[in-house]
Amino acid sequence: MEAVVSLIIGLLVAVAVYLMLARNFLRFLFGLILLSNAANLVIFAAGRMTEGAPALIPYGSRVPDGPVANALPQALVLTAIVIGFGLFAFALVLALQAYRGLGTLNSDHMRVAEPLRDEEKPGAGTRA
Amino acid sequence: MTDWILVAPIAIPFATAVAAFVLRNGPGGRVASLAGGVALLFASAVLMAQVLEHGVIAGQMSNWDAPFGITLVADTLSAVMVVITAITAMATLVYGLGEIRARTERLGYHALFHAMVAGICGAFLTGDIFNLYVWFEVMLIASFGLLVIGGSKAQLDAGIKYVALNLVSTLAFLAGIGMLYGLTGTLNMADLHFAIQEVENQGLVTVVAMLFMVGFGVKAAVFPLFFWLPASYHTPYFSVSAIFAGMLTKVGVYALMRVFTLIFTGDTGFTHEILLWVSALTMLTGVLGAAAQTEFRKILSFHIISQIGYMTLGLALYTTLGLMGGVFYLVHHIIVKANLFLVAGVAQKIAGHNELDRIGGLYKAAPFLAVLFLIPAFSLAGFPPLSGFWAKFVVVKAALELERWFIAFVALLVGLLTIYSMTKIWAAAFWKPHPEGYEPTLSRMSASDRVPMLAPIVVLAVMTMVIGLFPEVFVQLAETAAVQLLDPTDYVTTVLGAAAR
Repeated sequence: MEAVVSLIIGLLVAVAVYLMLARNFLRFLFGLILLSNAANLVIFAAGRMTEGAPALIPYGSRVPDGPVANALPQALVLTAIVIGFGLFAFALVLALQAYRGLGTLNSDHMRVAEPLRDEEKPGAGTRA
Repeated sequence: MTDWILVAPIAIPFATAVAAFVLRNGPGGRVASLAGGVALLFASAVLMAQVLEHGVIAGQMSNWDAPFGITLVADTLSAVMVVITAITAMATLVYGLGEIRARTERLGYHALFHAMVAGICGAFLTGDIFNLYVWFEVMLIASFGLLVIGGSKAQLDAGIKYVALNLVSTLAFLAGIGMLYGLTGTLNMADLHFAIQEVENQGLVTVVAMLFMVGFGVKAAVFPLFFWLPASYHTPYFSVSAIFAGMLTKVGVYALMRVFTLIFTGDTGFTHEILLWVSALTMLTGVLGAAAQTEFRKILSFHIISQIGYMTLGLALYTTLGLMGGVFYLVHHIIVKANLFLVAGVAQKIAGHNELDRIGGLYKAAPFLAVLFLIPAFSLAGFPPLSGFWAKFVVVKAALELERWFIAFVALLVGLLTIYSMTKIWAAAFWKPHPEGYEPTLSRMSASDRVPMLAPIVVLAVMTMVIGLFPEVFVQLAETAAVQLLDPTDYVTTVLGAAAR
């Protein structure tokens, strides 16, 4: 099971990196979301996967009956998902505002905070 | 029980954030925010006193014993960092009284500010690696809000770069935590100290260490991961960029210091050697980047990067003296750098711009502001007897003791280049006449803004002088912190209690 999940993680990271290399900020964000899912799966897989043994304690008993799956990685993943959700909600709104304000999502054209100096502008000097 | 004093520096800012948010539409939000700042100052002082008296103190939240529950720990380094956070927060809040207008306050400025402070204090006090991640996120999301509050185009542009790169670093950190847990089965940092030594596959431990180094390296803005910093720190309000400049990168440095002394110490010949060269390159690229800039805050931003190199250098040398220098540098740098950003704010207010070729004549308009600029600026460059001299002195001495001649040379050279940038600001903003025939005078600041905007600058400048003139106390504190970092026995036994192996 871990092997399959590891392969999925690898695939997710590869797709994420590909998307994050794009100039379009929205594609970058989609890549980031995939990367965050890959990170969550890393936690899940690293915590060892136990099939068919839910972390439940029978009613009336104080200890679990036999071996159970490790519940901690699931708690960690849940926390990470919630946090990630908040961050991406913010990032998407930021992307929308940036598109409205700057008129572009292409990171090459986002030069308001760091304007090019005259000699660096395309067409200036010998480099046409 | 001393638990409450460990919780207070986190709970107070959170409570303040809620109160300030509820009261944001009236003057009450401002009052609540300042009251919260004072309360945090008080709580951090009590925490410091407790740590000085008892050594390391730890509290188990909800009485779940370590390593199963979440532990809050304060050793000397944590306590010092919390105190300095409270001081910086108070200084920038007071400055904000002059700078931040009611419109911005209605958007929730004070609530975001205190939420960020809560995240910073939480990161300094937690003893659990996953909890550290949570505090990082609290700090980060509040800082996103603060960065773009006001919503100018430059801020949106800066926000995109800041958000994007910081989220990537977060994911590296998160994946690192997952793998660390997979290797050791624990998340408690004191417990990890032992558990990591029992891992058979030490090669994989080093891989995980590198994930942490990248994650924290982005936050700390070390070479070559710093590009988000100079892209963003010059755009928000001056109060915001002052506390960012003072505290945020330092949380990254703190986290590096913590995990690379407590957890990843198995292969220092590899990990700390990388840190060493990263530090040297950080110092150099930062200072050279600053030399190429012509905007007040951009120059200062690049100097943050260059100074981060000295702190990580202290860690990379991995001796008591080195770490002592690193810790001393942290304290000195936070005060000085926050102050310089505040001075930049006043300069813009008086001279009308922050682009160095469009301002001038500040010396004539406000000679005392020039003095207030020179104190932190000279301290940054390392002039005796200011605080920066001692900080650089200790770090360079530590490098020389290990016969790291080249690193020591780089550290000294960077100090020299720092003077160059500071002279550039001095010459352009203070010395030369204003180029646009505009008469910069102090009267461009309304009388009611003057006191709140200048008072924190004066106080921080005095603190720089005090650290410089009476360094013994601070050096001793830094030494205690360094000794505790290098020999975490106290830390570990306090957290794990009698169960420690």
